[in-house]
Amino acid sequence: MSGETRTISVTINGKHYEEEVEVRFTLADFMRQQLGLTGTHLGCEHGVCGACTILFDGRSARSCLMLAVQADGHDILTIEGIAPSPDKMHPLQEAFRDNHGLQCGFCTPGMLTTLLEFLRDNPDPTEQEVRIAISGNLCRCTGYQGIVDAALDAAKRLRDAKATM
Amino acid sequence: MGLLARLENAKLLAGGQSLMPMLNMRYVLPDHVIDLNKISALSYLREEGNTLAVGGMTRQRDIEFSDVVKAKYPLIHEAILNVGHRQTRNRGTIGGSLCHLDPSAELVTMGAAFDATVGVQGPKGKRDIPFAEFPAGFMTPAIDADEMLVSVRFPAWPKGHGYGFVEFARRHGDFAITSAAAMLEEDANGTIKRATLTLGGVAVTPQRMRNVEKALVGQKASEDVFRAACEECRKVDAIDDVHAPASYRQHLAAVLSRRALVAAHGRVGGRA
Repeated sequence: MSGETRTISVTINGKHYEEEVEVRFTLADFMRQQLGLTGTHLGCEHGVCGACTILFDGRSARSCLMLAVQADGHDILTIEGIAPSPDKMHPLQEAFRDNHGLQCGFCTPGMLTTLLEFLRDNPDPTEQEVRIAISGNLCRCTGYQGIVDAALDAAKRLRDAKATM
Repeated sequence: MGLLARLENAKLLAGGQSLMPMLNMRYVLPDHVIDLNKISALSYLREEGNTLAVGGMTRQRDIEFSDVVKAKYPLIHEAILNVGHRQTRNRGTIGGSLCHLDPSAELVTMGAAFDATVGVQGPKGKRDIPFAEFPAGFMTPAIDADEMLVSVRFPAWPKGHGYGFVEFARRHGDFAITSAAAMLEEDANGTIKRATLTLGGVAVTPQRMRNVEKALVGQKASEDVFRAACEECRKVDAIDDVHAPASYRQHLAAVLSRRALVAAHGRVGGRA
């Protein structure tokens, strides 16, 4: 069966793609290898580490646990699409930088996409809620404290930004 | 259905939160994967008389955020918060979880706890399977190769029943090493009229502790009564694996059962 392909039409970070893809490809491999969107990281490739988390129609999902053909007709946001412009970071990214929310950076794309959805659903979370929200994302550098601090700081920044709008 | 009957070595892909890891690790090597994600008719959650009817492709997320589930089936709401993580609940389905039939899966435990009815469909039509007959063995549902799960029906417990779900896992959202699910009905004097107690993760299939349930009915609820009755849970033929020895699971089974019953008792009649 190897080599069998389908043509899919998918929107990633606002950009439309029409691509022929092998049916056996995961969504993560398709984005990384075929589209060059290597911001999405692959750690475990079996749904444990959370590094490959993307937003699929606005909801977080593990891109290693989906086939590329399943993305046909859907809208995806990856780490590359979070920042408002090439020279300006998202408040969540700024909070990660300011609170030592990353060290090696491998887990960061998954942490940011996971937290983007979480803070949208829960703009004023407790520390415990943040810890549960990122329980599906492994980080081996930070001990999570910096990430939790960054998430709470980002929540505050996002609330403040909304209040002044 | 036609594809499933016609194709050799085909697998149904529901939410993919168990099948995809198994494909990625080459544990399963199907020749064909049939994607069910576009069958929107199998994604629903509604009350039918005194039952909760859930379509096989209903996402775990939709169960988690359902007001009906929260109000009338609170045990399911409490349990589902332990099913994986937000990222996996957004994709994972109830039908996929039940057919995968991991004994530590919370939804599998719910099926046993509620005496749910599983609806399956095949070339010969539809049939209902009582949940007690659904597990044919370790991770093996009693469904034929050309059948698929289309619905699950949970009978409601009366308003004011108590409920409790507790589990022990290495990390929030990980597979339960042991979980316990309990529901209680009591009369005005605190005498137990009806009890259900199910253990997940302990044995190769979910375990309804019918002896414990029988021992509790007619007794006045108290922690001592629960503690004594739950000793029976140490006798379950438990899994012995890398995560925990059987004796540890048996110990957890007794302790978590008591905690689930205490929680259930504390919530009878809308207390706490």
